[in-house]
Amino acid sequence: MVDEPLYPIAVLIDELKNDDIQLRLNSIRRLSTIARALGEERTRKELIPFLSENNDDDDEVLLAMAEELGVFIPYVGGIEFAHVLLPPLETLCTVEETCVRDKAVESLCRIGSQMRETDLVDSFVPLVKRLAGGEWFTARVSACGLFHIAYPSASETLKAELRSVFGQLCQDDMPMVRRAAATNLGKFAATMEPAHLKTDIMQIFEDLTQDDQDSVRLLAVEGCAALGKLLEPQDCVAHILPVIVNFSQDKSWRVRYMVANQLYELCEAVGPEPTKTDLVPSYVRLLRDNEAEVRIAAAGKVTKFSRILSPELAIQHILPCVKELSSDSSQHVRSALASVIMGMAPVLGKEATIEQLLPIFLSLLKDEFPDVRLNIISKLDQVNQVIGIDLLSQSLLPAIVELAEDRHWRVRLAIIEYIPLLASQLGVGFFDDKLGALCMQWLQDKVYSIRDAAANNLKRLAEEFGPDWAMQHIVPQVLDMIKNPHYLYRMTVLRAISLLAPVMGSEITCSKLLPVVVTASKDRVPNIKFNVAKVLQSLVPIVDQSI
Amino acid sequence: MNGGDGGDVAAAPAGPPPPLDWKFSQVFGERTAGEEVQEVDIISAIEFDKSGDHLATGDRGGRVVLFERTDTKENGESRRDLEKIDYPTSRHPEFRYKTEFQSHEPEFDYLKSLEIEEKINKIRWCQTANGALFLLSTNDKTIKFWKVQEKKIKKVASMNMDPSKAVGKGNIGISSVSSSTNSHLENGGYKDKSSTNLINDFKFPPGGIPSLRLPVVSYNETSLVSRCRRVYAHAHDYHINSISNNSDGETFISADDLRINLWNLEISNQSFNIVDVKPVNMEDLTEVITCAEFHPTHCSTLAYSSSKGSIRLIDLRQSALCDKHSKLFHEQEAPGSKSFFTEIIASTSDIKFGRDGRYILSRDYMTLKLWDINMNSGPVSTFQVHEYLRPKLCDLYENDSIFDKFECCLSGDGQRVATGSYSNLFRVFGCGPGSNESTTLEASKNPMRRQVQTPSRPARSLSSITRAVRRGGGESPGVDANGNSFDFTTKLLHLAWHPSENSIACAAANSLYMYYA
Repeated sequence: MVDEPLYPIAVLIDELKNDDIQLRLNSIRRLSTIARALGEERTRKELIPFLSENNDDDDEVLLAMAEELGVFIPYVGGIEFAHVLLPPLETLCTVEETCVRDKAVESLCRIGSQMRETDLVDSFVPLVKRLAGGEWFTARVSACGLFHIAYPSASETLKAELRSVFGQLCQDDMPMVRRAAATNLGKFAATMEPAHLKTDIMQIFEDLTQDDQDSVRLLAVEGCAALGKLLEPQDCVAHILPVIVNFSQDKSWRVRYMVANQLYELCEAVGPEPTKTDLVPSYVRLLRDNEAEVRIAAAGKVTKFSRILSPELAIQHILPCVKELSSDSSQHVRSALASVIMGMAPVLGKEATIEQLLPIFLSLLKDEFPDVRLNIISKLDQVNQVIGIDLLSQSLLPAIVELAEDRHWRVRLAIIEYIPLLASQLGVGFFDDKLGALCMQWLQDKVYSIRDAAANNLKRLAEEFGPDWAMQHIVPQVLDMIKNPHYLYRMTVLRAISLLAPVMGSEITCSKLLPVVVTASKDRVPNIKFNVAKVLQSLVPIVDQSI
Repeated sequence: MNGGDGGDVAAAPAGPPPPLDWKFSQVFGERTAGEEVQEVDIISAIEFDKSGDHLATGDRGGRVVLFERTDTKENGESRRDLEKIDYPTSRHPEFRYKTEFQSHEPEFDYLKSLEIEEKINKIRWCQTANGALFLLSTNDKTIKFWKVQEKKIKKVASMNMDPSKAVGKGNIGISSVSSSTNSHLENGGYKDKSSTNLINDFKFPPGGIPSLRLPVVSYNETSLVSRCRRVYAHAHDYHINSISNNSDGETFISADDLRINLWNLEISNQSFNIVDVKPVNMEDLTEVITCAEFHPTHCSTLAYSSSKGSIRLIDLRQSALCDKHSKLFHEQEAPGSKSFFTEIIASTSDIKFGRDGRYILSRDYMTLKLWDINMNSGPVSTFQVHEYLRPKLCDLYENDSIFDKFECCLSGDGQRVATGSYSNLFRVFGCGPGSNESTTLEASKNPMRRQVQTPSRPARSLSSITRAVRRGGGESPGVDANGNSFDFTTKLLHLAWHPSENSIACAAANSLYMYYA
């Protein structure tokens, strides 16, 4: 038996094998404590082998173990003993739960990147080879994520072997393994010498891009950009460009969708000239794709892509497509476009913006689908810079009013969130004329969330325009509403008061707000009285001691 | 009954293969004379896994029963081979009970005031990993992903603390983690502040504390543990009729009457609708989806059948929502032969791809049809399953039997097809070129006793009498003018062909019969 002060640790150790999963999980999370109690040597000789056998546990426990082992180097005696951590992680790399394997691979990479080179060669490289030759696909999947750690320190012959092993994984029978290989190709390629890059990796890449499983090809597209950046521009043009142009016309919409998402990154890799000749036509094709999903992805990248191009090219090729997209049959395409279109203004310059972009922008503001309008309004600060306040206020107001009265309360909620932003952009004068009434109207909305948001909105407006303005334009109207026959609306007033008080300062609070609250304490609805108590509590720090 | 003259089939040796001589192999859950069949015990799904080493059945009580093959030697083979499929053995497959688990429970949907039956509609096997078996099972609404694995039963042999003593010590607040169960917070955390601080404040000697020991664990025996890993729910407004795995190993589809959804096996809270045949106005509804299956190798191709007897092939590459089919297989009925029942019996109850993916087998009420996916003008062969029932359609309609959904299956080599019928009969047809093999078997220990009887010949009344005695209650078997007996209550709906050998598993009520040839 152990001494009294050691009980907690003794219990912690025993609970590594408790029947209750929560207790096991707790012990595993405190593995570092156990290791310190056992000392470095016994951790190496007893705890780690013990953990290596403990691979039959529940996934949650295994996941925690994989995570803990990743930071375990100090507890086994430092870098020179890091290799003892590999065996338990190796077994974790073979379990069938994906998240456990991923975490084990992550931890292995973390340990491997700290290990001494000789240790890497002696223990890490053999581990990668063992996993790659694993009997079950789970081990082979994990192996794919370890090559980029093992490769740099290996000898020439070993490097050649690793390259060929990776090549085999790319041709594995199991699509899961090929997918893992495709995912990790970019990382592995980054560690490789340029000479091999051009021969081995490009061959592998080409094979993957012709895989008959769509899911593998998809991941190969994702690798395109990473790979492109590693190659010399001329090699990139020769090898990657044809592939990507091909992919942009792939039969599978999912592949084209991926291309639409990745294309702008590739432009940087290939340089301006090939971009102009090859990638712009591809991109334009994607913007006009038959499949709405592809157009959504392409539309979302319009600004990023245009930024890479010269203004002339953008106006000549991209802008016509943007015009078409703004009246696309799919609302989601229009919505994606609306969320990014503002960014195009600086690219195109003032003239083109006013002439061409503005009409598109105005038509999107009148879109029948609220999300599209909201997306435009949410980028209002950018809009203001582009078209100026007068033009904006003319076209914006109808859109805002319409959204403010939308049937769906979530839409109303969204527009309320933007009101302070709008107010700051439009200025006090405009706001008083047009939007003030709306803000009050929301306080009497049928939906609680809207009333709550409206109260919050008043607070933010008061912060924006100052207490004097609020005293004039907000407080009287709000206080007026306390006479509303419906107790829920009276409650909203109380809420607004509690929010406004800190902004207004003690003087106004005492003279204007407090009397209303005190009156409300005699309300006939108990719920109001209860809320008055809550409001009063929040007012205490604001008002003077004297009251 | 000429098979397709396509490349694969033509490559077979000249002349049709000789008809198979079917023999009884095994029966599980055989009924004894006079035994009443419990509704919950009736088998509602049968499926072999890809290797043919395992067989799963589901029943109306929501249970899944697994059987494993016993006649193959396990030791000589590496696991990597087991991941792949098929290896020749000389003996016929024999199975033994492996394990069972309760997959679904009866539920009640309070929003729609609907009872959800626990009956297993379909079972599909997934990729094996680390010696654990994985399968999907579904009832009308919810799909579940199961893992069945052998687990070692651990026994902790030695600990630091005497377990009985540890509890006692716990009460003085030092080891609150182990003893005070009420230290559980609701979110699963612990409020064992006292012990945490104690450990953290404790200064460990550099060499560690020698008196502490790790628990020693001994493993004695193993047991099979079935765990539900994921639940894919709330994605279907109508009843799920089929699920099917994709060849990419990461996705599967589930189909109900009007929609087909695509899932990732690892993501249970999200699915994509890929086919939606629901009309804007439900009064315009003329056709529902009856079955859907992925192509065995082409990851982007799937087929679904409809209540009008058509099969549509769709290409997932074409668009995100595949309402437009890429191929339509439909046989026009002969003009003039139309009757009240034409539409009902045209409904396809099941479709299956052949193993190479070139042929699709479909079953409607009266026939089995084999389609070449390269020829959509009509089926390459049509097999009459129980033509002698045609005059009886009116009776079958009145007792609802006409809506029975019979399944069908193809042999691994694609040379034969099989499907079930009434009176616990099932039929095997040769579909290779020149083959006119057509066998009728009864799901009993003596399958061939009905074989001498072809539909046109009078039945031996003796067999029907003995069976009538055996059945407990229910309708008495009908005997038509020709003396053919048929019994609507004993129908053989579910059967499966072993993926690599001539072995059929079929369900007769609560019994699972296995045959080989």
